[in-house]
Amino acid sequence: MATEHSRSAARLMMAPAVFLLLVWMLVPLTMTLYFSLKRYLPLRGGDLGWVGLDNYVRFVTSSSFWPSVQTTLIIVGGVLLITVVLGVFLALLLDQPMWGQGIVRILVIAPFFVMPTVSALVWKNMLMDPVNGLFAHLWKFFGLAPVEWLSQAPIFSIVLIVSWQWLPFATLILLTAMQSLDSEQLEAAEMDGASPFARFGHIVLPHLGQAITIVILIQTIFLLSIFAEIFVTTQGSFGTRTLTYLIFQRVLESQNVGLGSAGGVYAIILANIVALFLMRIVGKNLDA
Amino acid sequence: MGRIVLDKVEKNFGEVTVIPPLDLEIEDGEFVVFVGPSGCGKSTLLRLIAGLEDVTGGAIRIDGEDATAVPPAKRGLAMVFQSYALYPHMTVRKNISFPLRMAKLDKAEQDRRVEQAAAVLNLTEYLDRRPGQLSGGQRQRVAIGRAIVREPGAFLFDEPLSNLDAALRVGMRLEISELHERLKTTMIYVTHDQVEAMTMADKIVVLQAGRIEQVGSPLELYRAPRNRFVAGFIGSPKMNFLEGPEAAKRDAQTIGVRPEHIAPSPSEGMWKGRIGVSEHLGSDTFFHVHMEGYANPITVRSGGEVAMHHGDTIYLTPDAERIYRFDDKGLRIV
Repeated sequence: MATEHSRSAARLMMAPAVFLLLVWMLVPLTMTLYFSLKRYLPLRGGDLGWVGLDNYVRFVTSSSFWPSVQTTLIIVGGVLLITVVLGVFLALLLDQPMWGQGIVRILVIAPFFVMPTVSALVWKNMLMDPVNGLFAHLWKFFGLAPVEWLSQAPIFSIVLIVSWQWLPFATLILLTAMQSLDSEQLEAAEMDGASPFARFGHIVLPHLGQAITIVILIQTIFLLSIFAEIFVTTQGSFGTRTLTYLIFQRVLESQNVGLGSAGGVYAIILANIVALFLMRIVGKNLDA
Repeated sequence: MGRIVLDKVEKNFGEVTVIPPLDLEIEDGEFVVFVGPSGCGKSTLLRLIAGLEDVTGGAIRIDGEDATAVPPAKRGLAMVFQSYALYPHMTVRKNISFPLRMAKLDKAEQDRRVEQAAAVLNLTEYLDRRPGQLSGGQRQRVAIGRAIVREPGAFLFDEPLSNLDAALRVGMRLEISELHERLKTTMIYVTHDQVEAMTMADKIVVLQAGRIEQVGSPLELYRAPRNRFVAGFIGSPKMNFLEGPEAAKRDAQTIGVRPEHIAPSPSEGMWKGRIGVSEHLGSDTFFHVHMEGYANPITVRSGGEVAMHHGDTIYLTPDAERIYRFDDKGLRIV
């Protein structure tokens, strides 16, 4: 890539990909912005003309807006906490030499291959069902009253389902990072008199810092838009309505495309605020 | 204090015996070098002493006390690893003070020892840098600093110079030797480089396949190797080994003679040969001489400026006093 000629050739070669990506991003974004400025009710008169920022004001002053933002942040934070903590723990375990390591690792990664809808259905009907679910049987076995998970602890249930799905991802990335740790460093720390806990805190955890950052950033991107798990389980009731779900309801249940589009723009803003905070907190780990 | 005694120490990895039962005594304050070809078990032996590996049999005594089952941190030994094993996310200061922090020494004492070690190793101006910002030689010094501050009974070095370039290696060799002079602490040093062994050691332990071939001072090993392996391993360039009629003439299976104990001459001598490759180092010249009836060329040292060249006929006269004779088992006939 040194000469002027090869540089311009490279630009030419990249142009189609860049163009495709731009179109891919810009068309939906423009359409969202376009509809957000209109009163557009597909089943009740269609396009009813420009309304300025009316949709934005209505969306943000709705009583469901702030609770939905709060729910979104609670679910994202909860899942991040569970997946990172358990992920580090699982990675530590899986890094130990043991019999059948390969099979165990594949099993650990398996939940990631299950579609969100399917896994939510399985959790809802086979595990969390208050009558036939496995948990209900377990509770009854110990003489306790079965918990109605999805109505009594709805947010916790969803966090549990989503964490189960994302734990393999976190484990996989953290395990890879764990394996790149120089064993001589651990031996040196051992000779220096560090207890196993001190070795974990002073050597292993700092080494994992970068991988944890990546896990948090990537998961946040995906978790801000979780939908299937809520749609299949609670349908947004019992306080599980996230911003994404609220937008879905505005567009499809209320048939108000304009209002939903305005919500979509707010979702973009929220995602950026969250990303900004995350980069401030954990982004410095990526420099090293 | 650092008197280390290995009593019938043995190590197996599963079915494979890495170190058959072995005895060794290391006196307090000695600089001992374990030397041998790669895979001879010298690093394993060091790790056994450090406690990073468990012995299969036998006992390790440090200052008279049985340390066989004592965990590594409690043995009072400090180790410098081949990869240096510095903690990359800590500054040099934190790296060096790590063992002190783990021992929960008070802050003032920590600072005093770190400053002292940094002064000894010329690291004072790098204390707030991270290992990634240092050169190879500086990292090596940080690793040594981390070992010094613990004021250990003995230092263990695992091929510490093998990642450095040739010039730095010579410099660090001197620094480690000087450090030993100053601290007078026992040091055990593992290397595959016989030059490092010869220049630094008070006592060399030559290992092959987990067995100790010979123990002695550098000059003892040079003058009186016990067998053919030691004779070939110690000394640079290697000793020449001759079999056949020349050996039979002297009642031996093999005879050996060092390149520096052969006098070359353009006109007369005991053996006749033809010069192959010659290496001119300035101070010395090494001729690789091809002799009829011998497959391997004989290396001969000559003065720096000699008027003999590739293809010339050369006559060689070995110093009769310095011809080593070996029997069919490779042992030296005295």
